[in-house]
Amino acid sequence: MLAFTAKRLGIALLVALTVSLITFSMIYVSGDPAIAIAGEGARAQDIEAIRKFYGFDRPILEQYFSWLGGALQGDFGRSFTLRQPVADVIAARLPVTITLGALAIAFALLLAIPLGVLAAVRPNSIADRFALTVAVVGQAMPTFWFALTLILWLGVYWRLLPITGSDSWLNFIMPAIALGYYVTPAIMRLTRAGVLEVLSSDYIRTARAKGLRPMTVLFKHALRNAIIPVVSLAAVQFGFMLGGSIVIETIFQINGLGYLAWESIQRKDLPTMQAIVLSLSVIYVLLTLVADLLNAFLDPRLRVT
Amino acid sequence: MSERVLTVEAMQVDLPLAAGTLHAVQGVSFHVDRGETLCIVGESGCGKTLTALAVMDLLPSAARRTAARLELNGQDLAGLGERAIADIRGNRMAMIFQEPMTSLNPAYTIGNQLEEALLRHRPVSRKQARERALYLLDRVGIPSAAGRLKQYPHQLSGGLRQRVMIAMALMCGPSLILADEPTTALDVTIQAQILHLLAELQREFAMGLVLITHDLGIVARIATRVAVMYAGQVVEMGTAQAIFSAPSHPYTRGLLDCIPVPGKTRRGEKLGTIPGMVPSLIGLMHGCRFAGRCPYVVEACRQSEVPLAPGQAPDHLVRCIRHAELGGLAAHAARAVAS
Amino acid sequence: MVETGLVRAGIPTAAEILAPSPAAVLRRRALRHWGLLIGGTILAIIIVMALLAPIISPFDPYDQQLGRKLIPPIWHASAKATWVHPLGTDHLGRDYLTRLLYGAQISLLIGVSAMLISGVIGTTIGVLAGYFGGRVDMVVNFIVTTRLSMPVVLVALAVVSIIGSSLTVVIWVLGLLIWDRFAVVMRSATQQVRVREFITAAQAVGCSTPRILLTEVAPNVVNHLIVVATLEMAHAILLEAALSFLGLGVQPPTPSWGLMISEAKGLMFFDPWLITIPGVALFLLVLSINMLGDGLRDVTAPENRN
Repeated sequence: MLAFTAKRLGIALLVALTVSLITFSMIYVSGDPAIAIAGEGARAQDIEAIRKFYGFDRPILEQYFSWLGGALQGDFGRSFTLRQPVADVIAARLPVTITLGALAIAFALLLAIPLGVLAAVRPNSIADRFALTVAVVGQAMPTFWFALTLILWLGVYWRLLPITGSDSWLNFIMPAIALGYYVTPAIMRLTRAGVLEVLSSDYIRTARAKGLRPMTVLFKHALRNAIIPVVSLAAVQFGFMLGGSIVIETIFQINGLGYLAWESIQRKDLPTMQAIVLSLSVIYVLLTLVADLLNAFLDPRLRVT
Repeated sequence: MSERVLTVEAMQVDLPLAAGTLHAVQGVSFHVDRGETLCIVGESGCGKTLTALAVMDLLPSAARRTAARLELNGQDLAGLGERAIADIRGNRMAMIFQEPMTSLNPAYTIGNQLEEALLRHRPVSRKQARERALYLLDRVGIPSAAGRLKQYPHQLSGGLRQRVMIAMALMCGPSLILADEPTTALDVTIQAQILHLLAELQREFAMGLVLITHDLGIVARIATRVAVMYAGQVVEMGTAQAIFSAPSHPYTRGLLDCIPVPGKTRRGEKLGTIPGMVPSLIGLMHGCRFAGRCPYVVEACRQSEVPLAPGQAPDHLVRCIRHAELGGLAAHAARAVAS
Repeated sequence: MVETGLVRAGIPTAAEILAPSPAAVLRRRALRHWGLLIGGTILAIIIVMALLAPIISPFDPYDQQLGRKLIPPIWHASAKATWVHPLGTDHLGRDYLTRLLYGAQISLLIGVSAMLISGVIGTTIGVLAGYFGGRVDMVVNFIVTTRLSMPVVLVALAVVSIIGSSLTVVIWVLGLLIWDRFAVVMRSATQQVRVREFITAAQAVGCSTPRILLTEVAPNVVNHLIVVATLEMAHAILLEAALSFLGLGVQPPTPSWGLMISEAKGLMFFDPWLITIPGVALFLLVLSINMLGDGLRDVTAPENRN
């Protein structure tokens, strides 16, 4: 088990390093980052000031290592436009996005898993077709449009929920639904497929032959095995939602990392953007690692590798 | 005075398909007494597995089962609802399957799966269930049983897993065990051990054993009585002795002729074969199912349903209208195998 | 024996000649799959309408008529609604039906282009990884894992904000980012084909690798490719809509559906049709493409359903 974790950790580190390289070079995609940050029509002395502030005049490798070194210590430098340490801003906003993501994935799981199980237990029934419809609709609906529609109906017409801000937990309901609905189809399909496949396996036949009650067979034996790939999918999807939350956060004006990213883009605050992308990527890498470990934890057969 | 454990009369299993109804099991009747081993023999697709599944009510949901009588220790099974049958399964009748490699849940320990079988049916404590599991694991010949309880199925070999399956079937002390080709997936040496174990356990616990197999060698070793199945029907049934010494149905004879006998079969001699293929079981059928392959077929064979009737002895049943005239022909290979 | 889905060179047997050709079997299956038919029909309608936009609607999508702004669509009970503008007009007086149709052109164009770019990239590295295995596979896996570790929308936004957004930029940025599914699926498909005997046979005969890839591998993985291509096209369309919604995709006054929704955001409480109509259009387009893709997968390789 230890060797398994070590190997995965090693690969994760390598990936994180590569991502840091890519993220670092992102701001050079237009040639001169100082000009990109200063914007069009900026005066030469402003561009020079920015260049000096961020150290863009230093050799590239030096810049990369100093940036990376800082990042490893949790220091992303200061933002020219924000006038505060980038790390502080990110640290303040990250919990909000994580909360939103967690709620969204919780919603997705609560909707998708029961639907998937029901669909698998009664294949080709009305329940099954309903579940598949939910999946198909979820995959085709643009998230931002769904969010706006939710606002219209739940917020304006029926006045059930608040529309903007992040004061109370009520504010998170609609965003969580809008965000979570996009990943529901994948989870539902995987659950359905997994349960369907597991139900036809020999050990389920053995469980029934022992006279176990149908609920026991379904939940203790079938679901326990079918859920394994779903768990790691959920972990990965959680990561996607963290990254994809920018749309939802801007619509609902929730002060999370996505909104910060949005503001940074508006202000051409590239270094902050960089820091956000790097932070999220590292979180992704960690989540993939967690997903792998969860897999091994849940499936005893995998613990050997 | 033997007690009748299982009575099956006129059992039918139909599977609706797109092409029509598949009559997988047609009018099958047999019985098993305490301490008796009934071997159901036949080739793949003859319906023997479905027969066992039908007794246990483990058929696929699309299948339809009917029976004139289906009784376990005198209690009717056919009219029981899902819950009542579940109370009996694993409790008073148990089944062992063919593939030990996949028959155990990979996510739970051996101990968990064994104990669960007892805890489901008896109001015992976890500790008591564990003790019973230990006892049975030991009884089926698994070394260091205590350690095994904590192991996962993938950590055991096929032979060991099958022993665990046997132990699991015995957890509640059933009066009937159905074993569907329990040794087919195992090495030949392990096969012998498992068979020996089953025979021992049957004697010790005074159970009825229904053993399904396609291997006549196994039948010869362990059967008290034999039911030969072909195309969904029982074509011959009697004591093992009778079946081997005086096989009356042409199919049974054909099966026995296929077996080479050391000492008797000459080098280079062709082994017997049964030409042709099993007929389709879909839709209406009439006449003898074996007619297309039978070396003794006459016109009358195809005309009407052939009943299962007493043959050479009152407890030796044959489904052949010509069995009396063919009775004189002895299968020398059969006698040699049985000895 | 004819095996549908497998293409093999050689002299056909009598059974092969008399049996329906793989194409005929596919065609028959396709015509029975209602998901494929419905999806394909809706998509075809959208494509046709997009292509015939100038004929269907005489208006110019860029023509602002401030005197005729915010006319509701024909099904509203308002006195202002008129058949001249069946879907109403937007806040700048531009005819909404026209904007919708030209928006369809944009969506389809972006969808197809981004799909082609990402398809080429992903398929190439996927097939190479699947065919050669070993080190090549390890490298490709690493690349894919790295790509999967990056938040697509944010990276796209960042790059677009630096370079400046336009139709071309959006197409290229999307194309260079969404190839991962292609790589994963084609790798897996190639791996399955790799171990079949006819590959070994071709190698034994001395066929060069490029030739094997082209004549033996390609025909057997193309059905997977088509399925992924349709799904990624839908993916690209949704991504572009999101980017445009955020203001970093197609720039105004170009009629992109995402942009139309964004422009109407502030007015949606009073004139909700302004966001409903393009939203429904997006939904239908993506839905039809997904149904087509699912249908194609069911028809060509039903065992891959998940």
